[in-house]
Amino acid sequence: MSQVKQTASGRAPKRMKESTGEILNAAGKRYQVLWSIFFILISVIAIIPILRVISVSFSSRDAIVRGEVFVLPVGFNTDAYTKALKTGNFLGTMGYSVLLMLEAAAINMVMTILMAFPLARRNLKLGSAIMTFCVLTMYLNPGTIPTFLNVRDFGLINTIWALLVPGAMSVYNMIIMRTAFRSIDESLYEAARIEGCSEFRIMWQIAVPLTVPTIATLALFYAVSRWNGIEDQIYYINSSNLYTVQMTLKQMIESIAISAEEGSNTQMTPENVKAASITLSMLPMLIVYPFVQRFFTQGIMLGAVKG
Amino acid sequence: MTTKASGRELRPNRKGWFRPYIAGTWQLYAMMLIPIIYIICFKYKPMLGIVMAFKKYTPFGGRSMWEMDWVGFQWFQEAFNDSLFWKSLANTLILNLGDLILGFPFPIFLAIFLNELRSNKIRKATQLSLYLPNFLSWVIIAGITSQIFATSGLINNVVRALGGEAVPFLNQTGWWRFVYWFMGIWQSAGYSLIIYLAALMSNDPSLSEAAYIDGATRMQRIWHVTVPQIMPTISTLLIMQVGKVVSISFDRPFMMRNALVTDAAQVISTFVYDKGLKGGRFDYAAAVGLFQSVVGIILILIANKASKKMGQEGII
Repeated sequence: MSQVKQTASGRAPKRMKESTGEILNAAGKRYQVLWSIFFILISVIAIIPILRVISVSFSSRDAIVRGEVFVLPVGFNTDAYTKALKTGNFLGTMGYSVLLMLEAAAINMVMTILMAFPLARRNLKLGSAIMTFCVLTMYLNPGTIPTFLNVRDFGLINTIWALLVPGAMSVYNMIIMRTAFRSIDESLYEAARIEGCSEFRIMWQIAVPLTVPTIATLALFYAVSRWNGIEDQIYYINSSNLYTVQMTLKQMIESIAISAEEGSNTQMTPENVKAASITLSMLPMLIVYPFVQRFFTQGIMLGAVKG
Repeated sequence: MTTKASGRELRPNRKGWFRPYIAGTWQLYAMMLIPIIYIICFKYKPMLGIVMAFKKYTPFGGRSMWEMDWVGFQWFQEAFNDSLFWKSLANTLILNLGDLILGFPFPIFLAIFLNELRSNKIRKATQLSLYLPNFLSWVIIAGITSQIFATSGLINNVVRALGGEAVPFLNQTGWWRFVYWFMGIWQSAGYSLIIYLAALMSNDPSLSEAAYIDGATRMQRIWHVTVPQIMPTISTLLIMQVGKVVSISFDRPFMMRNALVTDAAQVISTFVYDKGLKGGRFDYAAAVGLFQSVVGIILILIANKASKKMGQEGII
């Protein structure tokens, strides 16, 4: 993907192309308007599923049963949230998941930097051999069962480490990090070394501060994949107190039940309680998304540059 | 790399290049120690577990993987005679090909026409809203799916409000596949859109201008100037997806499936999970997984070769 190579420095490309310089005639204007409408429609369609879930979670039982809820709440109430928050200790799980996410991001980032910084050196002996050793793992996937047996051999089944250690570093992200480190002029390191800096100090005080945008992006990638990850919990965890929000949500969706007394004087129905739990699980992501999506957009383009 | 100035290097150099080199760089190797141990333990060591595919798994008696009895290719034979295995393989191919045919062109189409728009606001808003589902887990997306497509979901609400009959989107294999593909596009279109937009933005606008001055219509410019410029990106992504046609993620089919559509929803990844981790048949499931990995690697190598033949950059 040679076109995006210029993003290697870790910045999103500036939009170089504003317009083709033509002056819009009537047909051109109509064209712009029609396509604008088209894209507004597409954007709305993309958002509707999320709106719908949020609306159902706030709607009343009768409105839901009669099928009157479309994309806006009907018969506004918050009964479903009382039930959703009570079931499965939702807030506690949320705190635990956030903590786990931060731990995973920290572990992943430290491992990634420790590997990428030496490999970014152009004249490191064995460097390319070690690189090949890493890259091979991207293509040779041992498969679910051997991976499971390995995790079991290390005694990690049903421990929190099963969610942190097996995925402690992504080679793909390591290559991105390495590319970022490569953009630093090595004469900086040389100067530091003459001043008596150790390699560790050079890494933390020179290389890391110079690559903060890439580090932030990768840390966010790691954090989101831990937050959304469910596969490893299904494989390695079977005690519900180690479940993150995602697994708790899965259980709630599968086994929601409204007792007769709960149902009699509230607006609860399985439908809106499910919607409420989905909304609660989405909420952290929806809140941070506007602030972090810029980094992810950058990150995609970093990934498009091959190491 | 120069060595650090320390007393030791002042002595005559008897061991050649190695000593001064390592004296200056040992810290770099020390940094890599933990990650390398991690890669050995969690990326290479599990590969030894592949022998499970050729052994008879005995859960009790405390025997290690290596002490269990060899059975040769027995599990592979069993798999090839297992109609459920073939069904899982077929479903994997069907679902992946559907993603390819329906999901692949859509973001390209969006990117090309979004790029023609002059309004930065609409471009930003489209990107923002299409990219959002990418950050939701498949648990959440499966929950959203039933809010949209279930008999009491949004679409059937609309259908009934218009006087129609409810459509069994989630209970009928054909419809279920459609929902699977649709939600796949919903989840991933924004991601690909950004890749293509990035490729388009770094295009040289003067080419398009020249074409305009020469009297090319808008469609001619799109077809003969814009599309060729993003062709390398398109073919790289296409080849990657074709190479992965036998591998399928676990989360998506696992979360989207329900008891009524197992005929369409049982894929290799869920088959391995059901047989192995849930059913305890580690040996058989390992054999199925190995078969999939081997076919997958062969396909990726072929795809890579094909891409190099076509004059594009390889993906490996």
